[in-house]
Amino acid sequence: MKEQLAPVDEMKQKFSYIEFDEQKTVNVPADKLLEFMQAMKDEYALDFLTNLTAVDYPEENKLQVVYNLNSIEKGYTLMVKTDVDREHPEVPSVFPVWGGANWQEREVYDLLGIVFTGHPNLKRILLDDKFEGHPLRKDFRWEGGRE
Amino acid sequence: MLRTQEYFLNFGPQHPSTHGVFQIILTLDGERIVKAEPVCGYLHRGIEKLAESRTYTQVIPYTDRMDYLAAMLQNLGYVQAVEKMMGIEVPERAEYLRVISGELSRLTSHVLATGVYALDIGGFTGFLLCFREREKMMDLLEELTGSRMTLSYARIGGVADDAPEGWLDKLDKLMDEMPGYIEEYNGLITGNEIFQARTKFVGQLKPETAVNYSLSGPVLRASGVNYDLRKAKPYGIYDRFDFEVPLGENGDCFDRFYCRVLEMEQSVKIIKQAIEQIKEVDGPVMAKVPKVLKPPKGEVYHEIETSKGIIGYYVVSDGSNKPYRVHVRRPSFINLGYLDEMLKGYLIADVVAILGSIDIVLGEVDC
Repeated sequence: MKEQLAPVDEMKQKFSYIEFDEQKTVNVPADKLLEFMQAMKDEYALDFLTNLTAVDYPEENKLQVVYNLNSIEKGYTLMVKTDVDREHPEVPSVFPVWGGANWQEREVYDLLGIVFTGHPNLKRILLDDKFEGHPLRKDFRWEGGRE
Repeated sequence: MLRTQEYFLNFGPQHPSTHGVFQIILTLDGERIVKAEPVCGYLHRGIEKLAESRTYTQVIPYTDRMDYLAAMLQNLGYVQAVEKMMGIEVPERAEYLRVISGELSRLTSHVLATGVYALDIGGFTGFLLCFREREKMMDLLEELTGSRMTLSYARIGGVADDAPEGWLDKLDKLMDEMPGYIEEYNGLITGNEIFQARTKFVGQLKPETAVNYSLSGPVLRASGVNYDLRKAKPYGIYDRFDFEVPLGENGDCFDRFYCRVLEMEQSVKIIKQAIEQIKEVDGPVMAKVPKVLKPPKGEVYHEIETSKGIIGYYVVSDGSNKPYRVHVRRPSFINLGYLDEMLKGYLIADVVAILGSIDIVLGEVDC
C-alpha cells in the first residue's frame, strides 16, 4: 500500500520560498512558516496535525522541527520541516492554526529547548520545572548512559 | 452578605481514578470546575533518549512499556516503520499473525477500558465481568508470546515465532463466545440507567474541535469523524478484511465508551476472518534480514491505529546500527491536550467520568 502524498509540485508554484526533496518533504524557512501552514490548512484541507517533533543536528549547527500533516477528507499526507539555529532556536507556534500543537510544542520545548513564539503556555511538560538542560539534544550527557 | 471564594483541589497524582500517576490541579467554585491544569510527567523514563543508544532491535521491548495494555500494537508501529525504511517484505503468514495478535491486544485493551470505566462510575460488577474475559485473552497471548503484557512479539521482518499447535482453534473458540460476553457487558453496563445518567451529554466534543486538537481513536470517532487508519490508510494487510468503523453521534462520554464496545465486535470479526484465511497460508514467519540492522541514511514517519488512537513513529537513521532519533506520537498524550477545556463547567464527580472516557495509559502519556 503506497501512501498518498499532497500535491507538492503544485505548492511549489504557489509558494516560491519552499524547497522539497525526492521524498516530497517540504522545507520552509521559519519566518514564512505560519503563513505557509495556514495556507496548507485552508487551501489543501490538511486539517489534522498528526505529529510535531524536532531533531538535533549539532554538526550542521541546526535543530530541525518536523510537522506531519494529514488530510482526513482527501486522505493524503505531507511532511514539513523547518530549520532553526541551534544557539537561538525560535520558531513561530502553529497553535493558532491547529490546537493540537499545544502539548506537542511544549514537549519539544521541554526536551529540545526550542522556543515557540506566540505559544499561550510554553513551559516544561514532562520534566520538572527546575530541571536544567534539554535531554534530547545530542550534547546532553547523563549519568548511567551507555556511551 | 456571604463572601465566596474559589479554592484549589489536587486531583492525583496518587488517585486510583487517574489510572496511574497523573495530576489535575482543579480550581473550584463550590463543586463546579472553573479551571483545570493537567500535570503529567511523573512516569517519564526518557524512552526516546534511551532508544538512541540501543540497536534497532533492542528498541522493541521499550515500546511495550509505553502502552502496556496493547503492547503488540506498539511493537507493530515501530517494526513497520523500520521495515519501511529498509524496504523489508514481511512474509504472508507473519502478516496474519500480526493482525491476529494485534487485534487480540486491542480487545484486551478495550475490555479493560470498558470494565475500568464501569468502576470509575461506581459499578464494581461490570469491572469484574470484563476481567473474566481479559484473563482468557491474556492466557492466549501468554501462550503465543511467552508474556502476558510486555509481549515484544513483533520483530523487524516478521514475528518471533509461529503460533503453537492448536492455538488458533482455542482462539477461534473464544472469539465465538465473545459476542455473548459483549452482550453481557451491554446488559450490565451500557444499559444501566445510572451509568447512562452519569455519562450521556457529559464532556461533549464537537467534531471540528476534535480534529483541530489532533485527537484520535475512539475519542475522535465518538464525535462522528470517520477516521480510522485501518480504513483510511490501510497498513499491513488490513485491506483484506471486511469490517466497519463504529461512529458516535453526540461526542459525549457515553459515545466514547460505546464506540469501544462496538469496536470489540469489529475486532472479533477481523480475527475470525484472519483465522479463516491463515489456514491457506504456510511458510516462514520471518523475512531474511541481516543479523546487524543498518538502515540507509534517511528518515521515516509511519503511523498505525492502536486501541487509544494513532501511534506514529518518526525514526531517523544515520546509517549506523543505532537509531539517530526516535520520536513517538503517543495517542494518550495528545488526547489529553484538550482535557482542561473539556472539564470546564462540570462538577467534580464528572472529572472522573470525562478522564476515564478518554482511556489513557500513563506509561504512554509520559513515555
